[in-house]
Amino acid sequence: MSQLENGQGDYEPPYLFPDYRSTVLRAPKQQPVKLADEWFHRAPGPVFGRIPVRAEDADLTRQHSGQPLGERIILTGRVTDSDGRAVPNTLVEVWQANAAGRYLDPVDDHSAPLDPNFTGAGRCLTDAGGRYRFVTIKPGAYPWRNHANAWRPAHVHFSLFGPSLASRLVTQMYFPGDPLIPSDPVLNSIPDPRGRALLISRFDIETTVPEWALGYRWDIVLRGSRATPAER
Amino acid sequence: MRPTPSQTVGPFFGFALPFAGDAIATPDAVRVEGQVLDGAGEPVGDALLEVSQDSQFGRCRTDAEGAFHFVVSQPEAGFLDVAIFARGLLRHLNTRLYFPGHEDAVPTGVAPERRQTLIAQRDGEVLRFDVRLQGERETVFFA
Repeated sequence: MSQLENGQGDYEPPYLFPDYRSTVLRAPKQQPVKLADEWFHRAPGPVFGRIPVRAEDADLTRQHSGQPLGERIILTGRVTDSDGRAVPNTLVEVWQANAAGRYLDPVDDHSAPLDPNFTGAGRCLTDAGGRYRFVTIKPGAYPWRNHANAWRPAHVHFSLFGPSLASRLVTQMYFPGDPLIPSDPVLNSIPDPRGRALLISRFDIETTVPEWALGYRWDIVLRGSRATPAER
Repeated sequence: MRPTPSQTVGPFFGFALPFAGDAIATPDAVRVEGQVLDGAGEPVGDALLEVSQDSQFGRCRTDAEGAFHFVVSQPEAGFLDVAIFARGLLRHLNTRLYFPGHEDAVPTGVAPERRQTLIAQRDGEVLRFDVRLQGERETVFFA
């Protein structure tokens, strides 16, 4: 118990985290009901043939007639289960703000400009080794109304399915050295600093392509292990 | 290895996650309609729901009234798995939609007075299934 009180060992955010205001009326108050026999680990995840994935969906800089403004980057990494085993052929979806910190979403009323050459949404399937790779531009920070002078650090949203219902993951990837990280309630809802560190990508010179784009590397671990019949 | 932690889907996914025909898991099947409500009973106008079971998969974003719909067929198990994502949900929620007549299939771990939150109600041609994130008649969520 004392371990949890100082956040050590707790890598998942709670539902209720008042510093992130939107949690207050949306966090369930009842404890979730545990299903027998690790049910979520045994239940196969949904089938994805219905979500279309084209090769060009992995390059967010080439979805329009011109090049988007901003710093071109490559985002890549490996998706594994908690035993370190690659998760091949799984759908990875990403979405993000443009370089000015504006989403192409009607709900976003930030005054920063839209970029006619940037949508900010991509999809790909992991390869046989569990690797994914996107070409995009570095998203900008943007203000939100959570508290006085609140700004979200630059981030890319990720959505992954994996083999079972338990492996479903929606999260956000951050950039190293971002000065907005220490004051961000969304990232800091994760109690253990080691958990927070898992969401920060690292600059990678090996991924960086000379004269073209900076490379960032971010590996993803999906819930589920060899002990469960995940391969179906 | 520790699993990568979850973060909220945020409010700005509507331009990215929907796909053509996303709310239709099976053509010519039953239409499910519902509303997502917060702890004050206000509609949650920026939630994303995913339903799945067997080969069915559907995804629907709620509208300004918190309303969503799916076209699904009744699986043999008598229920659909439902995942709920939203701004303010740092982790997504898992629940189940039980079809009328499958009340007995609700897991015994669910308290009798809360079972009703999991059972879709027939309303003319459609099935009605509301999700209450918090408060009175809070939906049962599973882990």
